[in-house]
Amino acid sequence: MADLTPSQTVGPYFAYALTPRDYGRVEFVTGNLVTPSTTGERIRIEGRVRDGDGAPVPDAMIEIWQADAEGRYAHPADERRPNSDFVGFGRAATGADGAFFFETIKPGPVPGPDGAAQAPHISVGVFARGVLKRLHTRLYFDGEAANAADPVLALVPAERRATLVARKAGEGRYTWDIVLQGEGETVFFEA
Amino acid sequence: MSLVYPREGLKAHPPYLHADYVGTLKRAPQKPLVIIPHTLSELTGPVYGHETVGADDADLTRQHAGEPLGERIIVSGRVLDEDGRPVPDTLIEIWQANAAGRYIHKVDQHDAPLDPNFTGAGRCVTDAEGRYRFVTVKPGAYPWRNHPNAWRPAHIHFSLFGHSFLSRLVTQMYFPGDPLFAYDPIFQSIPDPKARERLISRFDLDTTKPEWALGYRFDIVLRGRNATPMEA
Repeated sequence: MADLTPSQTVGPYFAYALTPRDYGRVEFVTGNLVTPSTTGERIRIEGRVRDGDGAPVPDAMIEIWQADAEGRYAHPADERRPNSDFVGFGRAATGADGAFFFETIKPGPVPGPDGAAQAPHISVGVFARGVLKRLHTRLYFDGEAANAADPVLALVPAERRATLVARKAGEGRYTWDIVLQGEGETVFFEA
Repeated sequence: MSLVYPREGLKAHPPYLHADYVGTLKRAPQKPLVIIPHTLSELTGPVYGHETVGADDADLTRQHAGEPLGERIIVSGRVLDEDGRPVPDTLIEIWQANAAGRYIHKVDQHDAPLDPNFTGAGRCVTDAEGRYRFVTVKPGAYPWRNHPNAWRPAHIHFSLFGHSFLSRLVTQMYFPGDPLFAYDPIFQSIPDPKARERLISRFDLDTTKPEWALGYRFDIVLRGRNATPMEA
């Protein structure tokens, strides 16, 4: 048995390596997950990251991981696999105002424990200076009837569930803020 | 092969709030984490292989017209899971300061020279045995404003994916014998001294290339165990 390598903060200076568009380096992943063969409802997710003072966090990196529109993951553990080149992984850095966005598709429902379906959701990782290990959360979608029966949302205290639900802000647009600390603090997971 | 992700190993990680590291004070969650089961969403994750890496991505000394200044080093090791088995074909991203302790990042204002021949960012993919290898220069220590006269020990940032969303890891590799360890709240945020030591690379004569560069070894262990171990 081997002992885990501990986590350390991503620090303030990751951009030229991990989100290097402004540094003229080739990016293998961006905030745009849509490929030519991707099918499904196109959506844009916009949000801001805020700290315990409500101040914008201008040096965070957000990663998302999601299934395709049929709820299939592009990974060997999911036998169904997408029938397109949709990867389902995205990465975006926040700007000076703490804002980030993703262009993607709405994922389908994903199999959950004991054969029950999970409501459509996106797994989210948050990295930043002052964050010593990745913060893990999920984004769900406003107005989804399936949210009421989702086995993971059910584990979240009812009064905090709204922090995980992106609000519809127009046709194909959702807004979802990440609050690291304090009032309206986003629910983070240990998995 | 199906993997499970026990939670016991997570105690190796630092807590979110480590008051000596001032940056955590307003960024650490205050409410308890919600423990969730491992569904398909957690047991899958992005798979990036050899197609994501260019020819010179693993040699940070050959990305410009000339060679960077500083002490040339070879950093190599293996990526393993919690059973000690190799994690093959997984992407590693690294970034670091130059030999003078300066990052090319636009926000870094440390009064030390940039090196026109050094970016400080690299990528590689592990081979079938989980091995990786980078050529770079040894990064310098640099000052930061966490507390008076605060300096970070020399380090290289590592970012790894592993088998699933649960095995994702961002960490920092340090160099043996650094006098700044005792004063660095980021290194010291890891509660267990033995876990801290796992972030310190070892000087390695076997990978040192005669008359060319010193070798440092750094093995990385990511989450994941075999679901059906041979021994109970």
